[in-house]
Amino acid sequence: MIAEAGLAALWLAAALAALQLALACGLGGEQGRQISTVRAVAIGQGLLTAIAFAALIALFLRSDMSVLLVAENSHSQKPWIYKFAGAWGNHEGSMLLWVTVLAIAGAVVALFERRLDDRTLGASLGAQAALALGFFAFLLIASNPFERLNPAPLDGRGLNPLLQDPGLAFHPPTLYLGYVGLSVAFSIAVGGLIRREVSPAIARAMRPWVLAAWIMLTLGITAGSYWAYYELGWGGWWFWDPVENASLMPWLAATALLHSVNVLAARGGLRAWTMMLALIAFSMSMVGTFLVRSGILTSVHAFAVDPTRGSFILALLTLYIGGALTLLAVRISHVKEGAPFEIVSREGGLVLNNLLLSVILGVVFVGTLYPLAAEAVSGEKLSVGPPYFNSVASPIALTLGALLLIGPQLRWRRDSAPLLPRLAPGLLAAVVALVATIILWPSIDILPRLGLALGAGLVPASVMPLFGRSLRRTPFAVWGMVLAHLGVAVAILGMASDTAFTREKLAAARPGETVSVGPWLIEFRQVMPAAGPNWTALQAELRASRGSGVTVLKPQSRFFPDPPTTTNEAAIDTSWNGQLYAVLGERDDQGRWQLRLWWKPFVTLIWLGGILIALGGALALVGRLFRERQQRRRLEEAFE
Amino acid sequence: MIVRPKHQRLVLIILAVIALLGAVLLAMWGLQDRAAYFVTPSDIAAGKATPDKAIRLGGMVVKGSLKRDPDGLTIRFAVSDTKAETPVVYRGITPDLFREGSGVVAEGRLEANGLFVADNILAKHDERYMPPQMADEAATK
Repeated sequence: MIAEAGLAALWLAAALAALQLALACGLGGEQGRQISTVRAVAIGQGLLTAIAFAALIALFLRSDMSVLLVAENSHSQKPWIYKFAGAWGNHEGSMLLWVTVLAIAGAVVALFERRLDDRTLGASLGAQAALALGFFAFLLIASNPFERLNPAPLDGRGLNPLLQDPGLAFHPPTLYLGYVGLSVAFSIAVGGLIRREVSPAIARAMRPWVLAAWIMLTLGITAGSYWAYYELGWGGWWFWDPVENASLMPWLAATALLHSVNVLAARGGLRAWTMMLALIAFSMSMVGTFLVRSGILTSVHAFAVDPTRGSFILALLTLYIGGALTLLAVRISHVKEGAPFEIVSREGGLVLNNLLLSVILGVVFVGTLYPLAAEAVSGEKLSVGPPYFNSVASPIALTLGALLLIGPQLRWRRDSAPLLPRLAPGLLAAVVALVATIILWPSIDILPRLGLALGAGLVPASVMPLFGRSLRRTPFAVWGMVLAHLGVAVAILGMASDTAFTREKLAAARPGETVSVGPWLIEFRQVMPAAGPNWTALQAELRASRGSGVTVLKPQSRFFPDPPTTTNEAAIDTSWNGQLYAVLGERDDQGRWQLRLWWKPFVTLIWLGGILIALGGALALVGRLFRERQQRRRLEEAFE
Repeated sequence: MIVRPKHQRLVLIILAVIALLGAVLLAMWGLQDRAAYFVTPSDIAAGKATPDKAIRLGGMVVKGSLKRDPDGLTIRFAVSDTKAETPVVYRGITPDLFREGSGVVAEGRLEANGLFVADNILAKHDERYMPPQMADEAATK
């Protein structure tokens, strides 16, 4: 029954999306009444989709094996949290989650959006409905999550043990909130272009969505990076895997959009450019979904190959991206000129920021899609990996970082005051750090060296915008910017430190033997059996000491019976200045165990930086929403 | 120097075009020697893989071929695409899903004597996943 109810809710939601689109298209004469109908339909669509998603979660929690999706991806003996997360740990469920976020986002716009005029709002809700309709069709035609299985099996096939991790319960929904949050920016841009109404009001309506989506993407990427780091047992935090790139590309576009939308909202500049970025940001989300969901990648993450679904998403992608860019091309001459600015100004810096981010986006895009294009054209099998991305994208990213030493110090419109006093703290710190690295560590590579210098310079540079302000009266948005930029500095320092100073040791050791890595002496005590809710394991006991500090690490080799799989659980010891990372391998016939050990100085700064960036975004978002509310209230009071 | 509105748009468009071209040129330059060719054992047997160039080898780990060197860290196995086999050597801990008879992608270099030296081993992430190349072949059979 639950499954049928869920499916019915999904069909009804799709019907409402069609109605919403039709109403938005016919929005004319009696505007006032029409827009309230569109609003109501959008809210109904969001509610019905949420009901469908809740139904799927209920089916997973009850382990209803008569539903194909549950039988294939779940198991009655799983801890409940993984039954819950299992609902979106598969193709159909994750697409339903995607549509749910899309529909709810539309409903939230319908409920709360007061900055746009009725017609622009109507056009935006129409665009949002058009997006939702395509993905509803995809679910209902090509990936029905509620399909029944007859006869029902006794138990399910289980969820891939690698995916049974608390990080993963949280990771896909976070990323999807980010991906799909950008759909609102897309729809508002489409609405504005249709109505020939590209104004600061559009940017102000778009801004909270861009900020919120960007925060979620930042958190999702940070969490995904940490998950890959501790779960895959390779000691790396970014692999340039196409699935990772699929989340990085929308983030890069959203970061550019986040900066340009401020120029439009505050200064009325960069109009056409901001609209284009809004279209591209959500397009990148859809490209990412296509890459991950169509299974066309030669990637460790790729899912089962299914050409029907792949071509369906590709058709949707072509329709939406092609349509939106055509609209932009037709309407670009109607977009008003922006306010003028000098080259050396905040706007100028932000233009450069946007260009560099776009270049990085282009480089990642080409590198991710080139293998697919090459195969389609010539049948050649190619794969592009870290050597390409690191050597091409890192220098541009460092240039962007160097711009961050200067940009936030500049004033809006024109900056004729002497620059040097404002730039000095950052530049000085960077130069001192550079000299220090050359003296202390003469043999490290150029990129991590520059990274260390840049990170050191960015710490004072990102705090500089607070200098000379009354801290109590500084808006939250400025605090947010400072915090986010500080996060960038921290993350760069972490990446550079990990790249420059990581020590690795691969050993085959018998219990009782001692191995050293970096400053640590590691005594291999013993290997003992251990057990968890749905797994058994062999667990090594490693006693690690450095100076007077002693810690015990227990890496495991876990065995899951349903389906039969072995996984390595890395043991990680975090101290203030880095992480000691241990992986237990196999035992050979002479009684030796494989051990892989890393000492990673300050590696944690990478994710700490990511969290600071997201926190900065959250601070700015709260500040903006709060301020808008106050202004509205003051306005209302003035009318009364 | 103030950029006039009329010229400002032109300047921005020109900058955007330069950025786009720059990104594509940069990417092409980077791809020239850094794109790793994805090869199958058949390609190697046919002499299509250049030795000492970064490549990725994909296929299935041949059952019964997995052996371990006396140092306890180096493993040797054969990768097959059902038509040909390539011997592979790898020093390190294998990923969780690596085992005989399952799909594998090895990153590394081919030596002149036909031995593939892997720096990194990627195993499939999903029970149902196999490299697209192999799926293509399975489909045409």
